[in-house]
This record gives sequence, structure tokens and C-alpha cells, in this order.
Amino acid sequence: MKIITFVKRVPSTTTRVLIKDGNALDPTGVEFILNPYDEFAIEEAIQQKDKSGDGHILVMSFGSADSQKELRTALAMGADEALLLQNPDAPNADGATTARTLTAAVKAREFDLLLFGKQSVDKEQHGVGPAVATALGIPCITEVTKLDITDGTVRAEREVEGGREIIEAPLPCAITCQKGLNQPRFASLKGIMAAKRKTLDIVDTDMGTPLVEVLKMEMPPERPAGRILGEGVAAVPALITALREEAKVL
Amino acid sequence: MTHILVILETRDGVLRPASLEAVGAARIAADGLGGGTVTALACETFSADASSLGNAGADKVLIASATEHSADGAALTAARVAKELEASAVFLSATVRGKDLCGRLAAALESGFAADCTSAHTNGGSLSFTRPIYGGKALQTIQVNGPVVVASLRPNYFSSAERGGEAVVEETSAESGKGRVVKIAAKEGGRPDVAEANRVVSGGRGMGGESAWHLLEAVSDALPGSALGASRAVVDSGWRPHSEQVGQTGKVVAPELYIACGISGAIQHLAGMNGSQCIVAINKDADAPIFQHATYGIVGDVAEILPVLAEELAKVTE
Ligand SMILES: Cc1cc2nc3c(=O)[nH]c(=O)nc-3n(C[C@H](O)[C@H](O)[C@H](O)COP(=O)(O)OP(=O)(O)OC[C@H]3O[C@@H](n4cnc5c(N)ncnc54)[C@H](O)[C@@H]3O)c2cc1C
Ligand SMILES: Nc1ncnc2c1ncn2[C@@H]1O[C@H](COP(=O)(O)O)[C@@H](O)[C@H]1O
Repeated sequence: MKIITFVKRVPSTTTRVLIKDGNALDPTGVEFILNPYDEFAIEEAIQQKDKSGDGHILVMSFGSADSQKELRTALAMGADEALLLQNPDAPNADGATTARTLTAAVKAREFDLLLFGKQSVDKEQHGVGPAVATALGIPCITEVTKLDITDGTVRAEREVEGGREIIEAPLPCAITCQKGLNQPRFASLKGIMAAKRKTLDIVDTDMGTPLVEVLKMEMPPERPAGRILGEGVAAVPALITALREEAKVL
Repeated sequence: MTHILVILETRDGVLRPASLEAVGAARIAADGLGGGTVTALACETFSADASSLGNAGADKVLIASATEHSADGAALTAARVAKELEASAVFLSATVRGKDLCGRLAAALESGFAADCTSAHTNGGSLSFTRPIYGGKALQTIQVNGPVVVASLRPNYFSSAERGGEAVVEETSAESGKGRVVKIAAKEGGRPDVAEANRVVSGGRGMGGESAWHLLEAVSDALPGSALGASRAVVDSGWRPHSEQVGQTGKVVAPELYIACGISGAIQHLAGMNGSQCIVAINKDADAPIFQHATYGIVGDVAEILPVLAEELAKVTE
């Protein structure tokens, strides 16, 4: 089983966001991490490789030079080889442009399975995986919480609004990984040592004209200050009145 | 002339609520861009209600009857129809299926996409969209530069138009895909999904345990159409299923009313519910961060307050 896993370096979810030049994140002082959903993708790659008996995991990222750190983490968890499509502007790239860049790199390789996170926690586009799959002409199953691959057929489960879907597709196929799919391992000390000897290729990559232009980035409007109506049971009537007469939601 | 295509989402022949919002948003955008046409497309067998879709803003409804749902098939059908109509934009709902289709369609049309948008603008004859990023800690306004603007719209942020009129309903052919849905298991219980409901009653670790959920169910029973939600602490403890989790790694909700019970208001939880119109917080700690984001707060013990709240609500909602 030849697997390619896609990972992204993102600001930690607890980061305080500050804006630079009115259209991008100010990275000063920001702690960066491996996108949490991409950990599920790496773990799944390792488990599927182990299950298939033999195989190879290439972990790929379109990022700035800093993304080597997240690729090393993926190698330490168990990926075999890493590729950084390097561009200093990659962190600001939109989903479609990112997908176009990744697609071009994937086309040059052999693969059976592509594994993505369900979303990046910075840009939250939920779209890079489906876009890459479509450009390659292969099926894609998103937000997968259960995955079984037998005899070239993928059977996956996902949750949709108000229900669960079971989806089948043939290999080669792309999957985007949702929480619940597996429990990502921590890199062991041995893994970290081994990762230092694994190949991490860095290729300077042009992303072409971006398909999306950011007109502005701003802080969300502050919610108007709320009111504490009181303490305990005694405050319930005041709440009902406020909901009916002021907020008009009852 | 502007032509906006809206992809409808149906399940078991029933239109999902967010689809009418997407049609309404497309109507406003088409009018804003100057007398455009709105065509709605269902990629599944569906008997369209010409007057409700017409009233919501659609001029035409196309049905591509496919016996089973295939996401890649739907993307091929939608891309083909978008090209046939020479659509300048395609709108979808940012549901699980819609977000998936959004990325696929953009790739099929070699265009960019704007996912999970919370508002749309038509300034100077071009479309732009505002969308939350970094877990709602910032907003970005973007413009798609590709040939077709593909955008998914977050449920509950757009309203359907009320313009009267009927849509013309026509059939079109459906493309088949390689992946297909072989089974759909509907969620049990009568409550709607937390991402779709207009009212949400949500519990956190402060509920004390799984056995306290009957308190929230009683409040929910007194609020017609409400869904149950939960914090991640609750889901991680196994008290409630992940399908109910609200937050950055759960569902993003924007109901009219969100009642947070025993939830501290961590940034990742806020990311999932900060867009709610009215937020009520019940927490025994007066300094809990949730109170800074709540419209109304009551300081106190959920075990005491919730039964009274359920009772009082039932009196006014009956
Ligand atoms: C990458 C990442 C992603 C995350 N994603 C999510 C997410 O999607 N959703 C999410 O919710 N969290 C998420 N979290 C976790 C989040 O940081 C918090 O840990 C979590 O939201 C806390 O849940 P809680 O408010 O129920 O519990 P706590 O923070 O423990 O708060 C419990 C509250 O209940 C109150 N309380 C206790 N007893 C009572 C009582 N008897 N009556 C009334 N009040 C009482 C307490 O005062 C307290 O404020 C994420 C964290 C990370 C790092
Ligand atoms: N720059 C990138 N490099 C590699 N993979 C990426 C990149 N951006 C997004 N992805 C992958 O696409 C998934 C979804 O991202 P998004 O569509 O931005 O929500 C992520 O979880 C990654 O697996």
C-alpha cells in the first residue's frame, strides 16, 4: 500500500490572533503545531500500512521552511519519507491554490491512498482533500470516523447532520480524517532518533497566481456585554421575561 | 447576465433546512449583481416543491435523479450544469456534504472557493465573502479569482427570501461517480441535529455526569425544535456522543438560542457557538469566562436551576 499523507503547520488553537497589514496573521510570538486532524491522518497511514503487510508512507506539506519541524514529527511518528514543497508565502495560500500545488506534486508519484485531515484549524476550508482528489479524478470520502480497506475496496463511515453514512469506493481513493478514527500515537524517543535519518526532501515550489484574494482580515465584532440576571432559582423568571420580551426568542 | 447555481441538499427526498437559506442568499446576490437568475440543482431523486423554492428565490429547479448518492457523481453533475448555464457562481450549504462538494466543485471548475462563509457582499459588481478563521478569532473577507465563484454558506447565517412566485422544475441527467453511499442510518431520537437546530441546550462538565442529562432533556422538551449539545470535556468523558460536541473540533452552531449549562467557556468551545443570536449561561462560578460572552447569565447550580427552568419554559412555550 503506497500512502501519501498531507500535513500542515498551523498556529496552536490557543494562540492569540493578531493581524498584520490588514490581511494576514502576524506570526510574531505565535506557537505553531502540526494540524491536529493531520495527526489522525498520519496514525491512519501507519495502521493501514501495517495492516497491508508492506507499504510506504510519504508525508507531504506545502509550507515555508519552518514546516520541516512538523514533517519531522510525522517521520518520528512513523512515516517513511517527507517532502516539503517550499514557498515562503505558502502559509497564506488559499485552499484551491494549495490543492493545485499539492496535486501537481502527487501526479508525479504512485499511490493507492491519500490521507488528509478533515480541516486545517487555521483556514478551516474542509476542501483541500476533496479538491486534490477531484483534480486527480479519484474518489474522496470526507470526515471519516471508521475505515476498512479490503481487496482494493474502501468502506468508510462518517457522520452527517442527523445520521451516519456508510460509503464505498475503489482504490485509489482519498480520505479526510475526523476525530474518532483512531488515537494518534506520540512519537517515541526511538522514533525521534530514527526520524533524523529519514529523507526529508525540500523542493522550492511556485504556486502560480492565487485563486483567492484576501481583501481584508479583521477581528470579529465584540458581542455586546451580557447581563447576569441573578443567582439561583430566583433568577429564572427574569430570564424567561428577558428571552420573551427583549431577545424575542421564545 | 449573472447566473447563480445553488446546490440543494436532500435526504430521503426531504430538503435540508440550510438549502433554502442558500437559495435566499443566491437571490440577494443575483439581485445585487444586477437582475441575475438563480437555478437550484438537486443531485438526487427529489420531488421539488416549486412554490417553496420559488418563494425562497429560485427561478428554476433542476433535478438530476440519481438512485444513490455519490459525492463525486454529484460534483460531476454540478460542474457540468454550472458550465452549461455559464454560471458565474455556485452556492452550497456548509454542511458535511456541502463542504465536501465545495472543494470538489472548485477543482472541477479550476476555480477558487470560499468555504463556510457567514456573509456575502456584492460591492462594485463583484462577489466577496466573509468567513471566520482561526476558530472564529478573526474574520477574513475574500474574493475568488477563478472563472466561477464557488462558496459554501454556514447554516443559520443566511435567510431565505420571501418573494412569492413559483420556480420552473426541469429534469437533467445525473453523472455517476466511483464512490457511493451504501447506507444511511438516521439518528435515533426525535431531536434535530445540533448543527441544524434553531435552539440548543448544551451541557458541560459542570453537569456532573451522564445521569444528569435528563435535566437538559427536560429543558429541551420544553423548547420545541431544540437539540442537545455538549462540550468536549463531556464527550471525552464518554457522557455524550461526539455528534453532539460543539466547538472547534465539534460542530459549529449558530442558533437563535444557545443555553450553556455547566460550561466554562473555553476558547475552543466559544469557536463553535459564538455566532448564536442569544446565549444563556448557567454556571456556579460567577467568574467563568462564558459569562463574558453570554447575553444572559444566572449564577448557580444546574441541578437546582434546570428543573425550574424546564417548568417555567414549558408554561410559555406550550
Ligand atoms: C485542540 C483543542 C480542541 C478543542 N476543541 C473543543 C471543542 O470542540 N469543544 C469544546 O467544548 N472544547 C474543546 N476543547 C477543550 C476546551 O479547551 C475545554 O477543555 C472544554 O471546552 C471544557 O469543557 P467544560 O466547559 O465542559 O468543562 P470545564 O472547563 O471543566 O468547566 C466546567 C464548568 O462547570 C461549572 N460548574 C461545575 N459544577 C457546576 C454546577 N453544579 N452547576 C453549574 N456550573 C457548574 C464550573 O464552574 C466550570 O465553569 C478543545 C481543546 C483543544 C486543545
Ligand atoms: N499547505 C498544506 N500542505 C499540506 N497539506 C495541507 C495543506 N493545507 C491543507 N492541507 C491538508 O488538507 C486538509 C484540510 O485543510 P483545509 O481544506 O484547509 O481545511 C488538512 O488537514 C491537510 O491534511
